[in-house]
Amino acid sequence: MDNANMENIITVRDCWMSFGSTHVLERINLDVAPGEFVCIVGPSGCGKSTLLNIIGGFLRETKGTVAVEGAPVTGPDPGRIFVFQENGVFPWLTVEQNIGFGLLSRPAAERDERVKHYTSMVGLTGFERSYPRELSGGMRQRVEIARALAADARVLYMDEPFGALDFLTRLKMRADLIRIWQAEKKTIVFVTHDIEEAVQLADRVLVMTKRPATIAEEVRIDLPRPRDLDSPGYLAARDRIFSIMGMDAHGGGAV
Amino acid sequence: MNRRALHIILPLITGTLALAAWHMAVKYSGSDIFPTPMEVLRGLGELAQQGLLLKYIVASLFRVSWGFGLAVLIGVPLGLVLGWFRPAFAALNPFIQILRPISPIAWIPVAILWFGVKDTAPVFLIFLASVFPITVSAMAAVQNMQQVYLRAAQNFGLSGFPLFRRVIFPAALPQVITGIRIALGVAWLVVVAAEMIAVNSGLGYLIIEARNAGKRYDLVVAGMVMIGLIGLLLDWLVRSLEKFDEVRWGYGQR
Repeated sequence: MDNANMENIITVRDCWMSFGSTHVLERINLDVAPGEFVCIVGPSGCGKSTLLNIIGGFLRETKGTVAVEGAPVTGPDPGRIFVFQENGVFPWLTVEQNIGFGLLSRPAAERDERVKHYTSMVGLTGFERSYPRELSGGMRQRVEIARALAADARVLYMDEPFGALDFLTRLKMRADLIRIWQAEKKTIVFVTHDIEEAVQLADRVLVMTKRPATIAEEVRIDLPRPRDLDSPGYLAARDRIFSIMGMDAHGGGAV
Repeated sequence: MNRRALHIILPLITGTLALAAWHMAVKYSGSDIFPTPMEVLRGLGELAQQGLLLKYIVASLFRVSWGFGLAVLIGVPLGLVLGWFRPAFAALNPFIQILRPISPIAWIPVAILWFGVKDTAPVFLIFLASVFPITVSAMAAVQNMQQVYLRAAQNFGLSGFPLFRRVIFPAALPQVITGIRIALGVAWLVVVAAEMIAVNSGLGYLIIEARNAGKRYDLVVAGMVMIGLIGLLLDWLVRSLEKFDEVRWGYGQR
């Protein structure tokens, strides 16, 4: 490995993935720097979620190397928490029990303090004793994010976490996620099929091709936050990704 | 009319109509063996006066408690283990699926052979009737558990017994309780057949004995009515378990 890899928190080299005779991923290479917010976009079913599951340790690559925090990934790790699209909040626990789920080995006082801090950070103060079924979809995703942060995860893997939410909630969640990321300095790898979402959130967008997928191109988004969604820089980045994916910016057909 | 009133008034109306139809049918047919509702009520009064009603109810409940209690104690852990460990499932599931369709009634001769005519035989039959629905539902609960809970738990580093206690068990609990509820219904259903084995108390015994001893059909029907009412009460009790916050998420609306 060359020296540049030492600085990266996530390194994927020549990663291939097949399910039986179906080739899903081909020759994936990617690096993520500590504290970076990286979005992976691609068409539905292209394998971006598979890639995130490999990096997260839930799936094993067919070929290649995947290293996170300097060691090959052999399974999920409490320091790197996955936030699931279908919401992995435990419905039998209250909001505060969920947020404290990863903290049971810590002293009660510290646990309470962390739970309180992150409950407030995701705007759920007053709902500590509520059960997930009493919350909206957006609130449940906040619980899951707070649970990961409270456990002191250094890396968050987010698999279309806002996919099931309505438009306005999604916008609000994006703004909140950026605020939390800026406060907490976490590394975030965020998978989405929504190009606008990727451009609003990321430092860098990795664009995947159709299956068997590989990373077609990376687009660096050097725009100040909060981002102006009408600024020329934003629109240019968005249109660039649209065109990489073979679409024109107005939702039209292949270029 | 609000919904609550609807659910009280309508059953009262159908109940009254059914009782009236029953009464008329007995009167019209001129039967002097089959009782009218009033005669059944008088029969119940007679049993209560003799202290038999309470005694028989307690005797039946006692047997169901033992048979059903043992079934819960064995069936729930067994089902959870079978649902979680594939080799255990592969080894035992065919065996369970063969035993499961055999009616508890078919076990009566075997029960007598093994346990004689003591209380143990009906308890064994009730146990047999309820252990399969409980085991199978606990097993299915673990197998059908949402993968995302398992993944989240593994992500937080849980494995072995803590994983089981903190995630698999609570995730399976709603469906386990549903299995327990079905099993209690079956256990109560079987108590009558189980008490046909020569025990000398219980609601099943009452029904057989009232018929054999003097064609007292008022007491036969009285026994049937009590079984129905107590069955309703038992179901209501288990159903109230489903209202706890720890399991309520598992039933319908999310």
